[in-house]
Amino acid sequence: MDFDLSEEQRLLKESVDGLLADAYDFDARKKYMAEKGGWSKAVWSKLAEQGLLGLPFAEADGGFGAGAVETMIVMESLGRALVVEPYLATVVIAGGFLRHGGSAGQKAKHIPGIIDGSKTFGFAQLEKNSRYDLHDIATSAKKKGDGWVIDGEKFVVLNGENADTLIVTARTKGGRRDRSGIGVFLVPVDAKGVTRKGYPTQDGLHAADITLTNVEVGADAAIGDPESALDLIERVADEARTAICAEAVGAMDESLKTTVEYIKTRKQFGVAIGSFQSLQHRAADMFVALEQARSMSMFATMASDFDSARERASAVAAAKVQVGKSLKFVGQQSIQLHGGIGMTMEAKIGHYFKRLTMIENTLGDTDYHLRRVSEGGGLLA
Amino acid sequence: MDLAFTKEEIAFREEVRAFFKDNVPPETRRKLQEGRHLSKDEMVTWWRILNKKGWGVTHWPKEYGGTGWSSVQQYIFNEELQSYPAPQPLAFGVSMVGPVIYTFGNEEQKKNYLPRIANVDDWWCQGFSEPGSGSDLASLKTKAERKGDKWIVNGQKTWTTLAQHADMIFCLCRTDPAAKKQMGISFIVFSMKSKGVTVRPIQTIDGGHEVNEVFFDDVEVPYENLIGEENKGWDYAKFLLGNERTGIARVGVSKERLRRIRALASKVESGGRPVIEDPAFRERLVACEIELKALELTQLRVVADEGKHGKGKPNPASSVLKIKGSEIQQTTTELLMEVIGPFATPYDEHGDAGSNESMDWTAQIAPSYFNNRKVSIYGGSNEIQRNIISKAVLGL
Repeated sequence: MDFDLSEEQRLLKESVDGLLADAYDFDARKKYMAEKGGWSKAVWSKLAEQGLLGLPFAEADGGFGAGAVETMIVMESLGRALVVEPYLATVVIAGGFLRHGGSAGQKAKHIPGIIDGSKTFGFAQLEKNSRYDLHDIATSAKKKGDGWVIDGEKFVVLNGENADTLIVTARTKGGRRDRSGIGVFLVPVDAKGVTRKGYPTQDGLHAADITLTNVEVGADAAIGDPESALDLIERVADEARTAICAEAVGAMDESLKTTVEYIKTRKQFGVAIGSFQSLQHRAADMFVALEQARSMSMFATMASDFDSARERASAVAAAKVQVGKSLKFVGQQSIQLHGGIGMTMEAKIGHYFKRLTMIENTLGDTDYHLRRVSEGGGLLA
Repeated sequence: MDLAFTKEEIAFREEVRAFFKDNVPPETRRKLQEGRHLSKDEMVTWWRILNKKGWGVTHWPKEYGGTGWSSVQQYIFNEELQSYPAPQPLAFGVSMVGPVIYTFGNEEQKKNYLPRIANVDDWWCQGFSEPGSGSDLASLKTKAERKGDKWIVNGQKTWTTLAQHADMIFCLCRTDPAAKKQMGISFIVFSMKSKGVTVRPIQTIDGGHEVNEVFFDDVEVPYENLIGEENKGWDYAKFLLGNERTGIARVGVSKERLRRIRALASKVESGGRPVIEDPAFRERLVACEIELKALELTQLRVVADEGKHGKGKPNPASSVLKIKGSEIQQTTTELLMEVIGPFATPYDEHGDAGSNESMDWTAQIAPSYFNNRKVSIYGGSNEIQRNIISKAVLGL
């Protein structure tokens, strides 16, 4: 049992933090958000140069063969700096599908573009009525010759506005909520029949609503078994949830630090407001919430080694519940303790609050995952 | 980062489990599971079994009878003890006064007291709190005046847990009334059988008798019963309170109670089906299990950190343990109340002794809920814990 980082992991953390300290203060972030597409190609190239985009891929595929802990380290740092570049959608999610389900040909075709930073991906999962159920899919993929024809509508596609390629979940068989008959497809955004309506999100990222009308793709578009890919989808989704739990911990940590600094310096009634016990106790409770979330983020990360799939899933769901509760408290109280200035677009603190809030609604909210743990029989072995 | 115990640690856990299974008296275990109070005899019997095995004072240095276990082994032992469940060692002797004596006491004191603590030949109680000194402990007024080779102790202590069983007390006494608050306090131990010591029971809202008031009226104490240096008692008290960092979370206790809630909720019916099948109830239960898992992980972080870097520098996460640990203990007793609903109502006036066999075991559930309100008050109230976090961790 060991909660420390290895020497290599510590160096990785230093290098990510160092890069972001140089390139990603709050003003720089504003500039990147104003660029075309809403994020910085230059920063993305720097992440590629440092090898961060290739981290989780096997060495045989040109990557570094890093594991869940390394992803946690990177995501926590990205959360701390409120990075808007599409690491989650491209490296964690698309990368996850390719690593766990991709054929040799798919890996050779797509992984190099991720690693060198030339290509980004979007994850087209959410539908009008699916909410958080990954198996609830109305979008259809019908066999045509060797290939597939895809029809349907996807919403709030992560990085959908800017992606080169979409990962689309679609039904090849059965009814809308069947757990079988589900496939995952690689769809180039310039394929005939793909229309997208891009927009910025509340937390400064970019997404898109995407309509697929008679979109024809080849046989090599399907990742894994096109009739039973739900396990693959859930596995990748759990890795993505684990990653955003770490991102949330980074954002909460920085949010609390910023808030504590603020109440140490802000004066009212002739003294720093941090000298008032009601504010001190609130800050202490924020610290408790943060540490509980950090513990569960580590737990979900380490659970990727568990033998039992049920225990792995429960650990991730439980982490998402704890992180969801903690981020709401830390996010809201960070604004409260800042007072009026916390309400302004100009202050950084509100942007943490917004990113944290959207993390709660990504890939299942607190209630959804609480139900998931409950239906899995709870956490006590 | 790695969550797994080593092969040796797993073997150790099996050894501990097997020992408990073979040696904890079944009646003692049953009473603990049902939230009943144990008699003095039942507790002492178990502690002597433990001590005979060499596990009476596991975390003490080897030279005083400790085991030399690693932090992780110590953690495993405590967890297994709490979740079996078996009675935990008497904290006042084993975790509090024992370490003060082997750290600050003289050779004579070590020789006299330590083996008797380990075997519970002396039952110790703690004389810290006073009617006017709760969270503001350093304002205490009980005084010890030097007269030749004796101290004359006068004053009153309160909330003295299980003083009705005690042979010995360790007391914070004011020995220099002129000195500033914290500076004039000494750490003095003496027999509860001394002339001038009076114990008066305090009945708590659950109907139980755990705590007492203790009065000192010209109690004569040999001078050599002073531990360490005169007027340095506050330092020893701080040492004592900072000593037990991880046990305070009582994760094993809450785990055991949650298991019991699941078992009970599968039997008790509501609306024609077991309570556990009510989604609203089950989600509250699972929410508590998740909080407890997070706390367990937080505790493991502290344990692993101590194992690696020594106990010198407190891990900031350790301040979380008391607050969350007590909140979760309280939530589990609430959930237990919820499961049995209206059957929590009857009051067994003699419940403590367990003498009324006709009373159902449910009689202890409400008292246990009432009793557990104490856990966010004692050992430094949760409000004091928040003061500590805001000052020591956040620098406010």
